[in-house]
Amino acid sequence: MTNNDKPKLSVKDFNLFYGKFQALRDVTIGIPENQITSIIGPSGCGKSTFLRSFNRMNDLIPSVHTSGKIELDNENIFETDVVELRQRVGMVFQRPNPFPKSIFENIAFGPRAHGVRDKLILSEIVEKSLRQSALWDEVKDQIHKSGLALSGGQQQRLCIARALAVEPEVILMDEPASALDPIATLKIEDLIQLLKVKYTIVIVTHNMQQAARASDFTLFFNMADDRAGYLVESGNTVDIFTNPKEHQTEQYISGRFG
Amino acid sequence: MARDIFERKIQQIKDEILLLGSMVEQAALDSVAAFKNKDQKAARTIIEEDQAINDKRFAIENAIMILFATQQPLAHDLRLLSAMFLVSNELERMGDYAKGIASNTIRLGNTDIPIPIRDIEKMAEIGVSMLHRSLSAFVNEKIDQAIKIPEDDDQVDELFNKSYRAIVNAMVANPATIDEASFLLWVVHNLERFADRSVNICERTIFIISGELLEMDSSDDEMRFDHED
Repeated sequence: MTNNDKPKLSVKDFNLFYGKFQALRDVTIGIPENQITSIIGPSGCGKSTFLRSFNRMNDLIPSVHTSGKIELDNENIFETDVVELRQRVGMVFQRPNPFPKSIFENIAFGPRAHGVRDKLILSEIVEKSLRQSALWDEVKDQIHKSGLALSGGQQQRLCIARALAVEPEVILMDEPASALDPIATLKIEDLIQLLKVKYTIVIVTHNMQQAARASDFTLFFNMADDRAGYLVESGNTVDIFTNPKEHQTEQYISGRFG
Repeated sequence: MARDIFERKIQQIKDEILLLGSMVEQAALDSVAAFKNKDQKAARTIIEEDQAINDKRFAIENAIMILFATQQPLAHDLRLLSAMFLVSNELERMGDYAKGIASNTIRLGNTDIPIPIRDIEKMAEIGVSMLHRSLSAFVNEKIDQAIKIPEDDDQVDELFNKSYRAIVNAMVANPATIDEASFLLWVVHNLERFADRSVNICERTIFIISGELLEMDSSDDEMRFDHED
């Protein structure tokens, strides 16, 4: 944790198993509020599994069981209603995955599911979300066209707008720019910077330069001999990338393994 | 994934820095010999050869920039390459001090004013030795050596103060020599700064290893270590 930052998410002695296989071991960390936290580490170190724990996406896998605690604002997420949890903790995936519907309907989908029926309110939510995801100016004249007609970068910003529409507090992003070209990638990174004022953002990335450019706080995960993922080091992104404390972190970020 | 090509390129730059260091060492020794012997021809050669030092420094900077652009160095690599960038600059400036001594040798011509030559030679000897050892500590990343070398700077400072006073006293005793004696002040000043730059190289060595920027202030009796922890 950085100085004086209240953790939005607080993880304590967290373990996660896929059947008998332990994927995460003894993770304890605070995710600072209104900051961008990046999670880096070699393939298989459990970083995506860890990210997906924050809105209980792993619940969908029958063999998964966990121990330890994850708290969102001091509330144990495993004891809250999962629908409510996922409204508060939104997610954006690696490949843009708009619904095969219009831009408008893509964004209105979440609020509708949460009971918003008023067309005017829905329009307001759509515009606000598109503005926040820096897409409004590009699509305002075509919001009834299919979301699939947009470019890859625009589709990803549409997915971010869709996540914002239900007014979450935390946004999880799993490799949000890995399928995008460099310009679209930088747009997403700039967008994340704007969003952190309102939201707490956690991003998994394989792209070290992206973690260095776009995040405030960095967690480095590695894999133990039994292939369980564990947290090696966490700290301010600048410190992790200029002067990491752990040899493993040093080796990984300077490209000596992974 | 080992980074063999990247590591080989870093090693090449280290080798070039050592080469630049030996050019500067030679220039410093030659400049003091030319000064002592009032050898203007040798002094002119030193001035001309300073260009090769400048060129090498730019070549090193360029090689480092290319690695920044193409290899995105991080952590230890980043600290090492940034330090090498700065050290090549330090070395180039040290070459300028040798050139400065050569210029003043030419200005002084065949002067017969008193020169504290022993102290000047001693300053040069310690300064060159500090450079040699600090570069060795730098390329081998020896923190214990890098911490010790700056202690020698106190001797250089003492010799500087002693020769400074001798030169100024001679000026007071014989005001007609003030013009020429002021050239001597430049010579001892250059030697004093030459040693300070070696201290900077030691600071960068400690930075590479620890990530901490220490001010090893040579004007204090003790070295200051501004560690926070």
